[in-house]
Amino acid sequence: MTSFVADTAVLTGRSLKHITRSLDTIITTAVTPIALMLLFVYVLGGAINVGTDSYVTYLLPGILLITIASGIAYTSYRLFLDLQGGIFERFHSMPIARSSVLWAHVLTSLVANLASLVIVVLVGLLMGFRTSAGIGAWLAVVGILVLFTLALTWLAVIAGLAAKTVDGASAFAYPLIFLPFISSAFVPTQTMPGPVRWFAENQPVTAIVDTIRRLFAQQSVGDTIWVALGWCVVILLVAFMIAMRLYHRRVSRA
Amino acid sequence: MTAMIEVVGLRKAFGEVDVLRGVDVSVAPGTVFALLGANGAGKTTMVRILATLLKADAGSARVNGFSLDGDAAQVRESISLTGQFAAVDEVLTGRENLILIARLRHLPAPQEIADNLLGRFGLADAASRPVSTYSGGMRRRLDIAMSLIGDPAVVFLDEPTTGLDPEGRLEVWRAITELAAAGTTVLLTTQYLDEAEQLADRIAILHDGVIIVDGTLAELRTLLPPAKVEYVEKQPSLEEIFLHLTGTPNAAEPAEVSPQEQS
Repeated sequence: MTSFVADTAVLTGRSLKHITRSLDTIITTAVTPIALMLLFVYVLGGAINVGTDSYVTYLLPGILLITIASGIAYTSYRLFLDLQGGIFERFHSMPIARSSVLWAHVLTSLVANLASLVIVVLVGLLMGFRTSAGIGAWLAVVGILVLFTLALTWLAVIAGLAAKTVDGASAFAYPLIFLPFISSAFVPTQTMPGPVRWFAENQPVTAIVDTIRRLFAQQSVGDTIWVALGWCVVILLVAFMIAMRLYHRRVSRA
Repeated sequence: MTAMIEVVGLRKAFGEVDVLRGVDVSVAPGTVFALLGANGAGKTTMVRILATLLKADAGSARVNGFSLDGDAAQVRESISLTGQFAAVDEVLTGRENLILIARLRHLPAPQEIADNLLGRFGLADAASRPVSTYSGGMRRRLDIAMSLIGDPAVVFLDEPTTGLDPEGRLEVWRAITELAAAGTTVLLTTQYLDEAEQLADRIAILHDGVIIVDGTLAELRTLLPPAKVEYVEKQPSLEEIFLHLTGTPNAAEPAEVSPQEQS
């Protein structure tokens, strides 16, 4: 166990160096969500009525989820490159805790995504995002974002382990990036026609976005937060189990 | 003397394809053993099984006295693998790669280990450059240097010179020769006959999933009709011309530093 912690720390340090040496990955992760935010706030937002004064305040929670969805594509990409090169086999032929090779990628994904999220929030503040949230509410928001990042990261690990090509390793993220469009992230779901509205109201993004929005607005989160946490935990556990199974199959027989 | 690598009746099939069909190999401590074979002969499969990356279907193998089945962790403590593709981190510098492996082997003073190996493998000047800027030969040398961290008793080198230019190949040969001189047991796979001839104490030929011959170079020579004496004008080989023109230092006498067969 101690060797698992030490090995994971060493390997996380290694992949964090990959990030600090290509800071563009953090910036490109933040660019798409920021562009969407600019587009929706300054071009389309004037025609969207969300029932609050500030559209950017309404929009930011959804943009944060899009940031995470685009950030995790790099996790599959980095994992895939490790598997392709010989370094993965080198690690596996060494006396180290084997699963720390995966955990290092997961922790790195968490750090990189949090960095991108900070950039997006800062741009949001420049564009007029305001919140009355206190420390407690902020911690709750960060907690939900961390949980969501972990859930999507384990999905990214599955993609990285299963992919046959570099393109395949990161392509899985596109549907995830578009999921927020069919949710309450951009417009209230009440305006959508029946089946679309049903989908939007029952998919995970809406619950998570609504929870974060209410935390920022200092409103009661009610049951929504439990639905949001439930989705995150279920996705996390299922993705984790599938990823571990794929990993063990790959490690034991390759 | 007990063998450092002892393989008995090793079998492995991938689906319908029988890759290894009962391989027996014994490698004495401190020797260089070359596994020779064409592409697809099963050399890599064999190395991956011995390096605990792959499970054999049947047969048994011991490395440094530890069984692959029961004591995989101890086997991993005893070995180091340099696979067919340089197992280095392209983004990190040469020094960082070495420190990474030293840390993962839980060794004290990783910095000193790294500096020592950088000097030994002629990479001191390139130590702070990202590996992506290295030549093929430098990358391979770093790869081998990484394999030596923690002084493993056995080093597996899977086609260490495939894809290298002549200079890179000589650099790697020198590294392997030094390894053997320091007492490490080396199992080397190669498809180049001259490489086995230069480096190996014993040579085995893997063909169609079985070892068809196993012996010292001198023993293998006796399998053929005795040498005839012919007088032939000695023309420089293209390799000698290339190395002469490009002015590679010491490159012209690889044979002198290599261990000749110890019969």
